[in-house]
Amino acid sequence: MATEVDRQSDTRARDLGLTEQDLLDMYRTMVMARLCDEAQFRLNRQGKAPFVVPVSGHEGCQIGTAWPFQKGKDVFVPYYRDMGICLVAGMTPLDVFLAVFGKRDDPSSGGRQMPAHWSSRQLGIVTGSSPIATQIPHAAGIAYAIKYRAEDAVVGAWFGDGATSEGDWHEGLNFAGIHRLPVVWYCENNRYAISVPLSKQMAVKDVAMRAEGYGFEGVVVEGNDVLGCYEASKKAVDKAREGGGPTLIELKTYRFHPHTSDDDDRTYRSREEVEEAKRNDSLIVFANYLKQQGLLDDDAIESMRVEIKAEVDAEVEAAWKAEDPTPESALEHVFADMTPSRDDGSSGGDSNVKADAIGTTGGEATPADSPDEAPGEEGSHR
Amino acid sequence: MTEKNVVQTVHDTLWDEMRADDRVLVLGEDVGARGGVFRATAGFLEEFGEMRVLDTPLAESSIVGCAIGMAMHGLLPVAEIQFADFIHPAFDQLVSEAARIRYRTAGDWECPIVVRAPYGGGVHGALYHSQSIEVFYGHVPGLKVVVPSTPYDVKGMLRAAIRDPDPVLFLEHKKTYRLIKGDVPDEPYEVPIGPADVKREGEDLTCIAYGLMLHHCLEAAQRLQEEAGASVEVVDVRTIAPLDKETILGSVGKTGKAMVVSEDNRTYGAAAEISATISEELMFDLDAPVVRIGGPDIPAMPFAGPLEHYYMPDVDRIHERMRQLAEF
Repeated sequence: MATEVDRQSDTRARDLGLTEQDLLDMYRTMVMARLCDEAQFRLNRQGKAPFVVPVSGHEGCQIGTAWPFQKGKDVFVPYYRDMGICLVAGMTPLDVFLAVFGKRDDPSSGGRQMPAHWSSRQLGIVTGSSPIATQIPHAAGIAYAIKYRAEDAVVGAWFGDGATSEGDWHEGLNFAGIHRLPVVWYCENNRYAISVPLSKQMAVKDVAMRAEGYGFEGVVVEGNDVLGCYEASKKAVDKAREGGGPTLIELKTYRFHPHTSDDDDRTYRSREEVEEAKRNDSLIVFANYLKQQGLLDDDAIESMRVEIKAEVDAEVEAAWKAEDPTPESALEHVFADMTPSRDDGSSGGDSNVKADAIGTTGGEATPADSPDEAPGEEGSHR
Repeated sequence: MTEKNVVQTVHDTLWDEMRADDRVLVLGEDVGARGGVFRATAGFLEEFGEMRVLDTPLAESSIVGCAIGMAMHGLLPVAEIQFADFIHPAFDQLVSEAARIRYRTAGDWECPIVVRAPYGGGVHGALYHSQSIEVFYGHVPGLKVVVPSTPYDVKGMLRAAIRDPDPVLFLEHKKTYRLIKGDVPDEPYEVPIGPADVKREGEDLTCIAYGLMLHHCLEAAQRLQEEAGASVEVVDVRTIAPLDKETILGSVGKTGKAMVVSEDNRTYGAAAEISATISEELMFDLDAPVVRIGGPDIPAMPFAGPLEHYYMPDVDRIHERMRQLAEF
């Protein structure tokens, strides 16, 4: 891969409109994602993080494709592996670890969702769930609203190769094609949906081929070439912004770790295969490019790594010490006009039924009155 | 004040809301050129144009899923599911997504969609055009499920649903569409989502219902009054979730007897929840066991007249149980 980059003209980045600072910032974000990943796995093995979703291996395609988006205007619709997308969108390692520890101030969900279920309205990151590809119609709907309101914004939606088998994926892309919506679809194809290999997911070679069925362009990109990812993404984002409709970009990549901290990938792929893939790590590929361009040397890379690791470690520490959500806050935010929830799960007399029913705040019969009684227990606290 | 049937009221209310607020749009199968298979959006395409009146692909999950996206980006979509029986592919979008978007972001995002769906039987709709689906969704906190049954309530609650900041499943009993008429004020007004409504006052027993069954219960109550002088209070649930326990309990506390009527399969139905609530709260005020009337536990409503009639609770059946309860 390194030789392939060598063959690229050294004006490649400049031709793409990227400054030297852009290149360094992109690399820095990739390293940050990798170090956050290492930290979250360490915390998982220490028993401090019950569940984490790794990103390692996807940094190049995530940072490359997210980079052309305009923060504060464009909309990010990521899936759970997209830490890199969210770091580009403006999340910090502190945000990542507040979610890892399920803390009150976790911007994605206040500790309600599993980690890696990214969300921040302020940053334009749309909330997602665990069922696969449900965000695809949302992305199409948001893009429709953008077109409807004649806004100058673009939606990016990211997903894995497994997602492309879901009905929602088909329905969302079909809708976007019909209305030529300003959305770019990114398939981070790492060849496995947990354990199921691509050959059992689809009978075609490339996901990108499916774009033809929706009436727009499909593109295959080497996912470990961050500049190639940027180039394809920039072109598609610009096209979408100019009214040219959607593009499906398939990023050929690989995940270095198991699907999640609860998975064991030794059951379905060989160590040799994983080690082979790591030789094509986007961080190595991009670092080599930056060295060839004279932007970094080994010492600078190492000191950047030390500096970012210190930042990540400090934010892990801060997140660990942050406030937990209060138990009874579980009842909040069911409805806009009904906080807490209408029913705390206990049976028996219910003096605030009126308030519950008409959607005003009750208050006198919440579990806060009896914090030692678990919701759902039979027998009233009253 | 104009006399209208239910579907005309749906049409006119949607029309008014579209005129009043350009964030409102409708989407669904055949809502455009066809004006909806029940004509709820007749003339909309000509008036409001293609961007606001979307004929969607035949794909219910994305009808709801795309509406969710629109709602998260500032629009107020009103999605139509052509028949409630066809809503099941969108179950995940409604339950895993729409209902949880506010909750799972601790209030950061919201999802103000309305999903309209004609439901219910008695129209020879057979297994796949007759179904009651309210309980599937009434079980899910985060969704509001409303079932207005009179033109007055339809107008007020549809306006309230469109303005509600949370997802609302708006169920319209298709047999009431042209059967039930009533006076509707011409000016805009809201009937709040949540409160049930006492549609007929009485002293001897309380009958709780919604949808077509509400009208059957009102007729049965009138007949019993005329025949036996029994005074039946009829409560229109109107909102399945969140349930207005207070109005129901207030009425049953007064009369001491309750029957709950729903055309859905009886087991695990809305009547079960209402009955359980009454039993939990009012056991020592009750003069008789709570009566539940519903459809039999067969997978769905059959087509042939005798079979369909066997399934559907009707005025005679309701009247008979009402009489027995009054005499208990």
